[in-house]
Amino acid sequence: MVKIKTTIAHKDPVITIRGLEKSFEQNTVLRGIDLDLYQGENLAVLGRSGTGKSVLIKIICGLLKPDAGEVKVFGQEITHITEKQLQEIRVRIGFSFQNSALYDSMTVRKNLEFPLVRNRTKLSRKEINDAVEGTLDAVGLLQAINQMPAELSGGQRKRIGIARTLILNPEVMLYDEPTAGLDPITSIEINSLINEVQQRYKTSSIIITHDLTCAKMTGDRVAMLLDGKFERQGSFEEVFDTDDERVKPFYDYNFIK
Amino acid sequence: MSGSTSAITVKKHSSFYRWLTGMFITLYKVSKFIARFFKELFMPPYEFKEVIKQCYDVGVRSFTLITVTGFIVGWIFTKQSRPSLVTIGATSWLPSLVSIAILRALASLVTALIAAGKVGSSIGAELGSMRVTEQIDAMEVSGTKPFKYLVCTRVIATSITVPLLATYTAFIALLGGYLNVAQNEGISFTTFMQNAFDPITFIDFWATLTKSLVFGFTIGIVGCYQGYNALRGTEGVGKAANGAVVTAMFLVFIEEVIVVQIFGWLR
Repeated sequence: MVKIKTTIAHKDPVITIRGLEKSFEQNTVLRGIDLDLYQGENLAVLGRSGTGKSVLIKIICGLLKPDAGEVKVFGQEITHITEKQLQEIRVRIGFSFQNSALYDSMTVRKNLEFPLVRNRTKLSRKEINDAVEGTLDAVGLLQAINQMPAELSGGQRKRIGIARTLILNPEVMLYDEPTAGLDPITSIEINSLINEVQQRYKTSSIIITHDLTCAKMTGDRVAMLLDGKFERQGSFEEVFDTDDERVKPFYDYNFIK
Repeated sequence: MSGSTSAITVKKHSSFYRWLTGMFITLYKVSKFIARFFKELFMPPYEFKEVIKQCYDVGVRSFTLITVTGFIVGWIFTKQSRPSLVTIGATSWLPSLVSIAILRALASLVTALIAAGKVGSSIGAELGSMRVTEQIDAMEVSGTKPFKYLVCTRVIATSITVPLLATYTAFIALLGGYLNVAQNEGISFTTFMQNAFDPITFIDFWATLTKSLVFGFTIGIVGCYQGYNALRGTEGVGKAANGAVVTAMFLVFIEEVIVVQIFGWLR
């Protein structure tokens, strides 16, 4: 159950964030964030609801624009690049949405084919089929290939959502609340899948969660978002070895002390 | 007294100012949306399959309703026009009167209103739902072009299909008119058609087709704009669907006036 920590070389970060700020009208959620994501690392970002965790990863993939600060992805500053450059970066990033965001009107096969045929235009039909089937097999859902998203359970939808991002072989994975709304057993299965993805696809990942089991199982490093800043970063034990009244209740409630 | 009057004036002024500013902001956003449509229209990928699928969807969704409505409009219009012509002994003008009304105004207008209700609301709700459930965001982050796939294809489909449906409506409405005339005056189909098309000029066909094209484009772009920019939550989906219908219908009437005026000058 406990993650075997990956050895991470703390050099050449794939994502570098400095002084990131973001507000929504009067509500400031990010107040000068500094963060590095290193090659091959799983970074779990913890924090209460509404603290801007999802906003952070949406800024990283260019869905939201920051108010201030610098965001470098693969060494390229993404806040002032063209749409075409952003698209090239996005192909290298996989984004797993909280509610999976599967395309309702398409079968599972079509869901996976959609990004593939539009980004790898020279693939033959056989290569497309092999890629789709191989990726579904990797997440253990090959049998669901012809099903519609509405016919799948919450856990299956999460897996298909992850498979849809993996089909482009991303270098970075961004998981938005991967275990939200799932039962404990399915949550553990999803956590194991996140670790498998890290090992098999050699990805670096940011896992946004408020589920401490998920953070403990998947994170090589944990960063806790408090009052719009990452005030505590380190291993799971380091982050929670504190008397900080903003952190302790979080731990106590999660493990029902 | 004067102080309170002035306060009310300021309040009224500020709410009017807010309304005016809001309207200009919306106009700016819509213009930007339309400009983006034309920009992306000519850039690959072209999504031909999706355009054909959308054309089929738009046609199928409106076909039955248009058939029934078109027939009833032609039949009722003929029936209601007869008494006036009988009083002046000019029932032989009935076919040409019906054809002028149908081809110049009713066919395109009825088709557009039905398409706005059936297709516009459906586009608004579909894209709104995709926006709310982050499906559009998912397309964007996977390096694909959701605007091209979702918006361009639907606007092209409505722009192609509404003129085709309007032509079909005209035919069905004329058929309805003929059945009414045949029932009362007992003239043959060929005679009815000859009389009906006698006053129709080439410019009338162009006017109807141009109007239908403009209506189709409007229904598509309004539905897509409302859905694509839907706010979060299920309420946003409802608002997008409703906004798509109301705005498209309003614009269709405005455009009808403008296009009729332009073709009036050309005649």
